[in-house]
Amino acid sequence: MKPEVTQREVVIGAIAAAILILVIPALNAFVPEGSVFHVSNFNINLWGQYLCLAIVAVSIDLLWGYTGLLSLGQMLFFSLGGYALGMHLMLMIGKLGQYKSDLPDFMVFLGYPRLPAHWEPFYSFTFSMLAVLWIPGLVALIFGYLAFRSRIRGVYFSILTQALTYAACLLFFRNELTLGGNNGFTDFKTLLKFDLAQPSTQRGLYIASAVALVLVYLLCRWLTLTKFGKVQRAIRDSENRVLFSGYAAANFKLFVFVVSGMIAGLAGALYVPQVGIINPSQMEPAKSLEAIVWVAVGGRATLLGPIIGAVGVNALKSWASQAFPAYWPIFLGGMFVLVVLFMPKGIVGLPAQLRSWWERRQRAKQAEDPPAPTAPGKEARS
Amino acid sequence: MNKEYLLMAEGVSKSFDGFKAINDLNFYLDKGELRTIIGPNGAGKSTFLDLITGRTRPDVGVIEYKGTPLTKLREYEIYRLGIGRKFQTPSVYNDHTVFENILMGLEGSRGVWSTIFGRTTDAQKERIHEVLRTIGLESRVHEKAGTLAHGQKQWLEIGMLLAQNAELLLVDEPAAGMTDEETAKTGELLLSLAGKHTIIVIEHDMVFVRQLGSKVTVLHQGHVLCDGTLDQVQSDERVIEVYLGRKKKH
Repeated sequence: MKPEVTQREVVIGAIAAAILILVIPALNAFVPEGSVFHVSNFNINLWGQYLCLAIVAVSIDLLWGYTGLLSLGQMLFFSLGGYALGMHLMLMIGKLGQYKSDLPDFMVFLGYPRLPAHWEPFYSFTFSMLAVLWIPGLVALIFGYLAFRSRIRGVYFSILTQALTYAACLLFFRNELTLGGNNGFTDFKTLLKFDLAQPSTQRGLYIASAVALVLVYLLCRWLTLTKFGKVQRAIRDSENRVLFSGYAAANFKLFVFVVSGMIAGLAGALYVPQVGIINPSQMEPAKSLEAIVWVAVGGRATLLGPIIGAVGVNALKSWASQAFPAYWPIFLGGMFVLVVLFMPKGIVGLPAQLRSWWERRQRAKQAEDPPAPTAPGKEARS
Repeated sequence: MNKEYLLMAEGVSKSFDGFKAINDLNFYLDKGELRTIIGPNGAGKSTFLDLITGRTRPDVGVIEYKGTPLTKLREYEIYRLGIGRKFQTPSVYNDHTVFENILMGLEGSRGVWSTIFGRTTDAQKERIHEVLRTIGLESRVHEKAGTLAHGQKQWLEIGMLLAQNAELLLVDEPAAGMTDEETAKTGELLLSLAGKHTIIVIEHDMVFVRQLGSKVTVLHQGHVLCDGTLDQVQSDERVIEVYLGRKKKH
């Protein structure tokens, strides 16, 4: 990947962003339902969810693709963001819940006399949105500080992140945490007074997700173009050299880990009102592993690839898990294995891979043809 | 102590699982000196550099650089004191261009924020080109380091240390795997740097050591066996003994 931004990239990027942010919602709002160009309410909601998952994929790419940190617990930060906004959404239900109480339903059901004090600030939308960023950020900061200070690297880091999300999952299952136990939060009614059941609200959330995705992409693109980005890739390729070149590699890794956790948190907050539920199953290690597959399939260290991977794999999943539900996990695993073995740069890297394969074939052909006394064995270069 | 050494190690020992890699080592280096360390495999040469640069810590003993103890500092802190290290196997960033490799080594702030918001100034770019001229890689400036030949990678790594303006250069087997011509060029490069920088070279290749013509320290079993000119040490009975194993050690 060339680090410079070409004019072509800017134009294509602007067109893609316009399609995502403007054209698709317009097709939903203004094109009549019978038309082939109409995007249904169901689909715009579904695509909004895909875009949120694409944001997570970009955050994983920043960590894994660019810095070489394979985190197997990224969906933890996604869930924390989702829970933070979910608390606000639960409070906004008000008396519209099953029990006609100001308390969220699960609290009534579990016999809470009053709202726990730490829930109070979540009446504020601003506080909740800030919490969407700082809670995952703080968890990432504490965990990352301990892990990177102790020089935990490679597969050990991956295992620890997986253990972290699993531990959090078990913790969130408990009712004592006051976060709804295994049922989590659901039955949301309104967000900023907008009725979540209205198609226009869902369209708004789709647009918010698309805007967030574009902004996150631009942020990561910019970050990887700076000298910071060079240090990131240097840590990935030769961490020792970085240490002995006077960089405190742990600080750089911590920074990336926290930023990436906050991005995932934002994605979770946008996802929850669209899907209408958040519960601890979102923190199960398998969810984070699936997110790794999106990035690998799309193409690591490309930023664009993870977006394509997340949307593509999830679209495929929606279709396949209906068409042949029993085989989907095998299909997903098989896809991962194939990509790792034969497409190291994923879907995005495929054109370049095919081009070099074609060139090598042509060269081999030339070498086979009789008038080739020059430079034998040239094709042996790989 | 009467004299200010640039680098001083006294009574340093380090064992790994009972194996004494460094054993009561004393080493003194003057400012501006070019010193070559030789010794058979397992003599503790690379371990000694590990101890200086903070990769491992000694069990006992002191290592001081300009009077600052190094044994409690982290790798990057030691580097920032002005000690640069070239590894035995060339470690450059293969996926970065030659230019970017030097940029990574360039002296200046190395904090997270300054790498995000800092700009590469024209003066810095000029400095990078100056370093590339010194190591003879200016024609490859925008190529990926991974495409360089083995010897060129070694020079690139030395270039990264020059860019940092490290006062003390620790150069581990710079001529390993090089052609004779490349080896001679590396020798010239190091000789041209001597004086401006203080340099420790670890080397096996005796032709190369002779070319450097510096004071030689012989390590054996983690201990300084002797030092002097190459001719002196080569005629030393003990050195012949450890290299050729003529007499049995007791």
